[in-house]
Amino acid sequence: MDKILKIMFSTIMFTLFYFIWTGTKDINNLLIMFALSLIVSIIFRNHLRSPIFSPKKIVYSLWYVIFLFIEIIKANIDVAFRVIKPVIRINPGIVTVKTKLKTAMGRMILANSITLTPGTLTVDIKEDTLYIHWIDVTNMDEKAATEKIVASFEKYLEVIFD
Amino acid sequence: MEWYRIVGSIVTLIGSIFLFLGALGVFRMPDLYNRMQAGTKATTLGTILTLLGIGICHYEWLGQILIIIMFIALTNPISSHALARAAHFRGIPLTKGSVADKLKEKEATEVEVD
Repeated sequence: MDKILKIMFSTIMFTLFYFIWTGTKDINNLLIMFALSLIVSIIFRNHLRSPIFSPKKIVYSLWYVIFLFIEIIKANIDVAFRVIKPVIRINPGIVTVKTKLKTAMGRMILANSITLTPGTLTVDIKEDTLYIHWIDVTNMDEKAATEKIVASFEKYLEVIFD
Repeated sequence: MEWYRIVGSIVTLIGSIFLFLGALGVFRMPDLYNRMQAGTKATTLGTILTLLGIGICHYEWLGQILIIIMFIALTNPISSHALARAAHFRGIPLTKGSVADKLKEKEATEVEVD
């Protein structure tokens, strides 16, 4: 039952994706695509993730995207000001932070989010330790760095993925 | 001129300013890791805004543009992470003013254990 739900969900997503990408209005076109999506979904049935239906998770996901976009803009402006100043004020270094997230998917999204916000760049990840190149190291202590870089993302990702 | 064309043009202009600053950052930063900070990520926002501006100008393309933005937002951090990781394992040093390199310390202790 769970598998059928997964296959249906991914089929609809693929068809929707095709519809947005091509903007076709021909119903036959969409039907062929629907059939193809169904075949692809059945082939990859063991690799599909189950869709999230809990409203709390959906709200948090949407809010996370908005939050991430605001963070990206803020951090970009910060780096831009660093670049145009006559003397570049940087204080770089690689620091470690610990994450509380358990799932691989959650950790991947966290690492990507850290990399997306300029000023921090994930260099490596081992178990629950992330090695982050930080353009302006204000605190070398692991706990303080965790608080400063990771905590704001983790708040959302904990709800979405755990 | 319609209003959405003006809005789209302004958004595209802001995007290209960020792209320019990213290029300037690549030129001015001292070492590979800091260059990557400016070069791969100031350009993420630059690309997103440039595309979004085009999407606002030609609203019939907005769907495609949003999909492209999604792909850029998903793949850009992975490529910059891969580059940084490869550079670190290759042994490219951090710039002189760097305050800490915890990853190098970790690797050093691991070698001693072996």
